[in-house]
Amino acid sequence: MSNGNMNLTLKVWRQKNAQTSGKFVTYKAENISPDMSFLEMLDVVNESLTHKGDEPINFDHDCREGICGMCSLYINGHPHGPKRGVTTCQLHMRTFHDGETITIEPWRASAFPVVKDLAVDRSAFDRIQQAGGYVSVNTGVTTDGNAILIPKVIADEAFNSATCIGCGACVAACKNASAMLFVSAKVTQLGLLPQGQPERYSRVQSMVAQMDEEGFGSCTNTGACEAECPKEIKLTNIARMNNDFFSAKLFREEEIHEVKH
Amino acid sequence: MSLDAKIPEGPLAQKWSKHKFDLKLVNPANKRKYDIIVVGTGLAGASAAASLAELGYNVKAFCFQDSPRRAHSIAAQGGINAAKNYQNDGDSVFRLFYDTIKGGDYRAREGNVYRLAEVSVNIIDQCVAQGVPFAREYGGLLDNRSFGGSQVSRTFYARGQTGQQLLLGAYSALNRQIHAGKVKMYTRTEMLDVVTIDGHAKGIVTRNMITGSIDTHAGHAVLLCTGGYSNVFYLSTNAIGSNVTAAWRAHKRGAFFGNPCYTQIHPTCIPVTGDHQSKLTLMSESLRNDGRVWAPKTVEIAEQLRKGTIKADQVKEDDRDYFLERKYPAFGNLVPRDVASRNAKEMVAEGKGVGGSGFAVFLDFADAIKRLGEDTVRAKYGNLFDMYIQITDENPYKQPMRIYPAVHYTMGGLWVDYNLSTTVPGLYALGECNFSDHGANRLGASALMQGLSDGYFVIPYTLGDYLAKIGPKKVDTSHPAFEATKKDVVTYINKLLALKGNKTVNEYHRELGHIMWEYCGMARTAEGLTKAKGLIQALKADFWKNAIVTGENEEVNASLERAGRIADFIELGELMVDDALMRNESCGGHFRVESQTADGEALRDDENFAFVAAWEFKGENQPEELHKEQLVFEAVHLSQRNYA
Ligand SMILES: Cc1cc2nc3c(=O)[nH]c(=O)nc-3n(C[C@H](O)[C@H](O)[C@H](O)COP(=O)(O)OP(=O)(O)OC[C@H]3O[C@@H](n4cnc5c(N)ncnc54)[C@H](O)[C@@H]3O)c2cc1C
Ligand code: SF4
Ligand code: FES
Repeated sequence: MSNGNMNLTLKVWRQKNAQTSGKFVTYKAENISPDMSFLEMLDVVNESLTHKGDEPINFDHDCREGICGMCSLYINGHPHGPKRGVTTCQLHMRTFHDGETITIEPWRASAFPVVKDLAVDRSAFDRIQQAGGYVSVNTGVTTDGNAILIPKVIADEAFNSATCIGCGACVAACKNASAMLFVSAKVTQLGLLPQGQPERYSRVQSMVAQMDEEGFGSCTNTGACEAECPKEIKLTNIARMNNDFFSAKLFREEEIHEVKH
Repeated sequence: MSLDAKIPEGPLAQKWSKHKFDLKLVNPANKRKYDIIVVGTGLAGASAAASLAELGYNVKAFCFQDSPRRAHSIAAQGGINAAKNYQNDGDSVFRLFYDTIKGGDYRAREGNVYRLAEVSVNIIDQCVAQGVPFAREYGGLLDNRSFGGSQVSRTFYARGQTGQQLLLGAYSALNRQIHAGKVKMYTRTEMLDVVTIDGHAKGIVTRNMITGSIDTHAGHAVLLCTGGYSNVFYLSTNAIGSNVTAAWRAHKRGAFFGNPCYTQIHPTCIPVTGDHQSKLTLMSESLRNDGRVWAPKTVEIAEQLRKGTIKADQVKEDDRDYFLERKYPAFGNLVPRDVASRNAKEMVAEGKGVGGSGFAVFLDFADAIKRLGEDTVRAKYGNLFDMYIQITDENPYKQPMRIYPAVHYTMGGLWVDYNLSTTVPGLYALGECNFSDHGANRLGASALMQGLSDGYFVIPYTLGDYLAKIGPKKVDTSHPAFEATKKDVVTYINKLLALKGNKTVNEYHRELGHIMWEYCGMARTAEGLTKAKGLIQALKADFWKNAIVTGENEEVNASLERAGRIADFIELGELMVDDALMRNESCGGHFRVESQTADGEALRDDENFAFVAAWEFKGENQPEELHKEQLVFEAVHLSQRNYA
């Protein structure tokens, strides 16, 4: 069905569910076009597995445009594969060469249990956001958007942090499985904007507390997260977050207490 | 059954305020006695769930992805319209209303569209308050750009990621309510049926996509916010998971389906290169602000370009045909999507298509780079250019992009009245899932507007009216209707799992897509549509004999999930073809070859087709019954759309 000229060997992690243990299984990927995305290559493999009556390989994906954050493969030792600033769905087979062996694993972190094969459960990220990653405003009780002036440089800086797609590659890349880059992205976005000021210090405390509760490791400033983040979220966010966190701890204890109750 | 759109009486500009006043209210103390089910947590669903929870209702929200933040809305790039007139260029609620009606080729409801334009202003304020980082000017004010089909600058944007930022805003409002315990969120849960009792929607049946558990949920009302069905064409710009299942199953339980054949074809997508592709990628329409669309003037030059013996930048100015600028001087490259798409298709039909396949025209930034500098162009469109490079391995800063139309959005969907109620009382449809507001052709930056308008500003009022009327008496899943519907679902799943044939469901999907694109795509004929109907019926019969579905229900099973969705797409495809065949006129992107002007433009037939087609399901393999909602135009005069 395809018109390609690459033949590859895949070593794929297969695991029925979170309760069972998994293992690597080797597959051939044949006639792969260099123009295919990595996921399209897996589609081809899955089609042939299905024809043989075998279970296709399960992996998470949806938009296939690099924006939903759902795809999550650990390819040859890198989350989202070897290319910088690219998600798995936007990784193309021209990055690999004919005859190559490719190892494909799920994100590995205790806070991200395996769902099946290559898909993991990242709901811990949602729970961190639920703990405070928002501005408390009800629908309909707002002022004119231009009544809040935001200098372009600030808006741009907030935007850079807001581009996080919640994929979890930062956690997967980190030897401590720390979620600091992810959490700091939201903390920074809202911490920079005037709308985020009232809850700035309570927010950082609640989010960090939830992050710890979920079992993510601590940050030792190795920087693997930044290097592997497909959206190139900056390490400086972590510094900003630490700053807010310590300010909150030192000066705002009482205020925060009030906010939380 | 007669269709009542329930459009309020009175002058257009006062309809919504008056209606809001007339709607019944639920006493604040009683709100917590009501349970609301929201299926889908994209822009429409997340904004609705959050707003209803803020009001005090108990909300259960569902999505099939692992997190609400991954809904397809996240992919929207270009922007969202609002009649703020911040640019002082003459915009107004009426102008946005007028452009949208005209852009919909006079096949949308005046009342709804006016309300949409009216609340558009509040949407921006709401999102700003949530911390959505819209683009700003140096002075700190919100920035705007213009979009196809309009001559004012009213589109708000967040680089090329407007959808992501708006969705993250709605997601954060939703998160706040989940934290507060007012919303219970069910992720990786797929709704498979609607439960009705005495003709009212009272709940849903779902499948837990991890364990396979089939569960029932009861509520006083059910809101479907499940998005559009462009994936019926197999290749589209939609996320892979986007599907019609929720809407289609609701249709089979009595909800009429409105204008199923109305599909938005988007002119600026990265062209197909081979049959390995699983989806097409949209390049934001905002690119047409600075990019110039052209094709070579002669077939000979096109031939050379296709073979690669010359490159686009070597084609002399005189040998280029900037066909949109030539034919539509007032709008130029910013003509609406259907006009731009049809013209690109014509170029290809004349043999002037470019790229390896010949199915493409150029979108050229050379002039913009000369005029503004590469850095400015990079600042404006950098991420889109990067995406293009990623996919095609070509550099659009050096060579023009290749673009071609692709299926993008569906204006058809469940029929709803002014209150967003389907024909099943208690069952509502919001956002792309409903048919309303866009007519035959959606203008850019208006779907995001509609999703958020429905969720934040319409349903919180109109739902209250229904709830106040039915009262807070508890519904629960012990009613036999729940068990009966659940049984139907289980039977259906078992039927799918029993399919052990020789063709994958993906292969059926691709075949369906070919049929739909070929016969029910940008140009349609009675003959082609009749043929398509036969092909789809044959495909359906074959599917139920020869498809392969692997695995079991009691586990993660992507094969089973897809099988159900594709079976529904096949049935929907047949209805789309029936609808297209019935609509013997050209409107919006729906070009019936039999109905065109002397110079080949789309020709509407207002005499016979100024209506919404609402189809009623009459049983398996029975022809559906057509109901017509006549469209009444009071504020605008029906006129031939003209962008010249
Ligand atoms: C690439 C692209 C770019 C776009 N750019 C723009 C733009 O610039 N401006 C603009 O105005 N519009 C744009 N659009 C259109 C716009 O994004 C969509 O119309 C809009 O986001 C749809 O929102 P929604 O909330 O109705 O549905 P969606 O965001 O599609 O959400 C559907 C939800 O329903 C859930 N769901 C579906 N079925 C089920 C089920 N059976 N059970 C449980 N859950 C279910 C999903 O999980 C999801 O949460 C674009 C579209 C695309 C594809
Ligand atoms: S910070 Fe980067 S790697 Fe981490 S979740 Fe966000 S986008 Fe993914
Ligand atoms: S599938 Fe959405 S980011 Fe990869």
